[in-house]
Amino acid sequence: MLGELPYFAVVALAAIGLYIVVMKRNLIKIAMGITLIEAGANLFLITLAYNGGDRLSAPVFTSQIMRLGEGSSYSLPTPHALTLTSIVIGVATTALLLAFIMQVYRKFRISEADELRRLRG
Amino acid sequence: MRPMSPVVRTITKLSFGAIFLFGAYIILHGHLTPGGGFQGGAIIATVFALVLVAFGRDRWNKKLLSTIESSGLLAFIGLGFLGLTTGYFFYNFIAGTDSPLFGKVIEQVSGYEHANSASLLTGGTVPLMNLFVGFEVLAALTLIVVVLGLFAFKGKEGD
Amino acid sequence: MSGDLIDNLPAVIVAIPLLFAFATPLIGKLSVKLSRLWALLGVVVTTALMYILGWEVLSGDAVVKSYVFGAGGDGLPLIGDNPARIAFSVDGMSAFMGLIMATVAFGAVIYSFSFVRKYSGNDKFFTLLLLMLAANFGMVFTGDLFNLFVWFEISSVAVCGLTAFRSNRGEAFEAAAKYLIYSTVAGLVFLFAIGLLYGQYGHLNINYLAGAIGGQEEMMMVDKIALGLMVTVFALKAGAVPIHMATPDAYSEAPAPITAMFVTASQAGLYAVFRVSFTLYGGNLDITGNLIHIAGWVLIILGILSMFVGVTMALVQKDIKRLMAYHAISQTGYMLLGVGVGLTVLGTGKFDEFGRTAMTGGIFHIFNHALYKGLLFLTAGALIYKAGTRDLNRMGGLGRDMKFTAIFFIIGALAISGIPPMNGFSSKLLIYESVFSFNPVIGAIAMLVSLLTLASFVKVFYAAFMGPRAKGMARGEVPTTMLLGMAVLAGMILVFTFAPALVVRTLVDPAVNALAGSTGRTDASLTLLTGQGYWNAIVFGGAMVLAVIITLMVRMLGNKGTTAKGEGKKPYLFGNSTEIDGRPIVIPGSNVYWGFTKALERYYRPVEKFHSGIVNEYVFWFVSTLGVVILAMVVL
Repeated sequence: MLGELPYFAVVALAAIGLYIVVMKRNLIKIAMGITLIEAGANLFLITLAYNGGDRLSAPVFTSQIMRLGEGSSYSLPTPHALTLTSIVIGVATTALLLAFIMQVYRKFRISEADELRRLRG
Repeated sequence: MRPMSPVVRTITKLSFGAIFLFGAYIILHGHLTPGGGFQGGAIIATVFALVLVAFGRDRWNKKLLSTIESSGLLAFIGLGFLGLTTGYFFYNFIAGTDSPLFGKVIEQVSGYEHANSASLLTGGTVPLMNLFVGFEVLAALTLIVVVLGLFAFKGKEGD
Repeated sequence: MSGDLIDNLPAVIVAIPLLFAFATPLIGKLSVKLSRLWALLGVVVTTALMYILGWEVLSGDAVVKSYVFGAGGDGLPLIGDNPARIAFSVDGMSAFMGLIMATVAFGAVIYSFSFVRKYSGNDKFFTLLLLMLAANFGMVFTGDLFNLFVWFEISSVAVCGLTAFRSNRGEAFEAAAKYLIYSTVAGLVFLFAIGLLYGQYGHLNINYLAGAIGGQEEMMMVDKIALGLMVTVFALKAGAVPIHMATPDAYSEAPAPITAMFVTASQAGLYAVFRVSFTLYGGNLDITGNLIHIAGWVLIILGILSMFVGVTMALVQKDIKRLMAYHAISQTGYMLLGVGVGLTVLGTGKFDEFGRTAMTGGIFHIFNHALYKGLLFLTAGALIYKAGTRDLNRMGGLGRDMKFTAIFFIIGALAISGIPPMNGFSSKLLIYESVFSFNPVIGAIAMLVSLLTLASFVKVFYAAFMGPRAKGMARGEVPTTMLLGMAVLAGMILVFTFAPALVVRTLVDPAVNALAGSTGRTDASLTLLTGQGYWNAIVFGGAMVLAVIITLMVRMLGNKGTTAKGEGKKPYLFGNSTEIDGRPIVIPGSNVYWGFTKALERYYRPVEKFHSGIVNEYVFWFVSTLGVVILAMVVL
């Protein structure tokens, strides 16, 4: 059960993030909600690297292997690459989103999503 | 922008070099230890953000940063196209040859032929690409922080 | 060396726009004019290489060009049982989509030479345009699911940057912010689906995953949930109702050539729906058959909703680009419907009866739609360039000076409404006949939607081109490069109009075979054979010319010199022939269908409220659709 704890954390993060994006009106809060969903997705991806219970060490393959115990092995390296790429994409998207929110405030003095309705219908 | 207190400014002056060096270390050793281009570049961008906040410096050479960013990217994709000279796009054409530019050949312990060789000058195009990505990321993230930060404080149009 | 270049083409076609995009800001610091020419060179080179690759892949039988990053021609290395590197694989469907993107980008870049000249930041515009082109190609060429996610995100970032290009208008930032929020949430949901599949199978290569999913004993819950997530996310990118909400905003605020390329970016999302349904989950139909048929029904329902809601919302719009954006959504419904019908009957006997024709129609429609929608958006850009406003109610009388633009608009409007002999009619005929065999009600709805499409384009033509010149309209025709860009797309439309069977044989049949795993091509002739009948555009064209000649002859035999006199010459307003004080009357575009929309008020009020403009509600509708689709896939 303790090994499944990261998955509960993933669901909690994603659910809270999604709740914020759907329910909260302030645009900056929506950006924070998106960041939370991203954190949940990244945690999910990195937890998959430690699948199988016995993977305990960092994915660096050397000829001087640290002996951590009988039958223990390295964590899978692919999810580390996937998580890193996802973090980079998240940085770019968050920066762009914050720039747009700032410009919307500058042009219209609007910071709530239910006032940002000039394009509708 | 108002600079912060003398304590903060002094610590920034002292640790600027150390953080920069640490970031450069992470960029250069990306093929041996955890890290690489993006991580090291983000650390160096953090030190520039520290300078922005601690000193309130509002004159940044945005053209230089943009040029560093574009040249880093251009060198990255150019290295990929250089692989076409051996007939395959993006091929690692330096590794395994005896070139002094990251191409050293290392004798491996038997049974661990593909192990991490723990030697800086191996790896071929991988550390070069880390370097270029590092340049790009540090310039890009610094530019983002500077533009957004100065805009928030002064309300002026960024680029 | 050239043999090696063709083997590397899948990656080089993605990398060349990137190379040109990264160099453009540097060149732009020296001279902005040089950077524009540099970007044009990039698009020309990419288009040429894409046509070479298309010829390679589509001329043989089931040729798949694959490229593995960094492997040096050794193929995909395996570690244990899992493939280790990122692979690009170009089969018939990918090459088809690539040709579409290259052609539309070529027309759009030539057009944008004069269109963005008076704006600042031209070098950034062309950088982002090249980045968007690279992302489009990346999405259709990749053979790895996570790489699909990366190109998906690059595409949405580039598109949002370009939507916000006109920074003097605040609405541009609003549209960009909404589209970015919407698209990012969808991308993160896709990331969850990728995580699920990776945790279950250990690798993300599409071809190997198809083998792994098809090789099990029975479908697991994880597979079903992952398919539901992925289909909804890519339907969002394609713009299917009820998850289309941010698409009209972004389409209307982006500059016109970018909107033309935006259409192809949305179609990359459509490509991803088909790739996931047919290739990833369609490998072994004994195991995945039930799930695939439910997915087919999901696509059919999304298609019907898109067709209907798209065209009815388009009838009431005042903004010309928003109107065309709703039409893009409606036409996407046709493609979803056609391929959905094919997916639903895949593997059963009915596939050879009408399923294959439906898929051919749907996929042919993708190319036709990109061409005529691109042309229509470019003409809308020309109208906005001269009129200075996007509001149809304020435009008027532009047809006097803009004769070429009017001709291009007529070609595009006839094509989108499915009027014979245009290319839209060929693909719609295939869809009508096969969907009618599947379910007659759906076929009837498809034809009704075509009718309403024609109605709304009559409104646009009347409001923008006809009538006396309204106030504030600039004179003269648009610059020549803009006309050249439109002519490229119009020329392709005319080629497709008069040789539909050849296009189906060379371009569409390999795509359908690649997706459905079938073989067989139509014969080389000028007559397009549907399941139930046939269509020959040249015979029809000849008959039309004959009819025009007969009409002119009859007219010449008539009484010359009769003109309207007396009561027949006065203006007529709703039954009251009133005296107007000699001023020219400009009837705004919104009043053309006033009666129709008032009669359907009970339908329009809730639907217009549904399009509220609040971004939280957009995400709420996305999450609800996600829930419904997953429930359908898991329970049924």
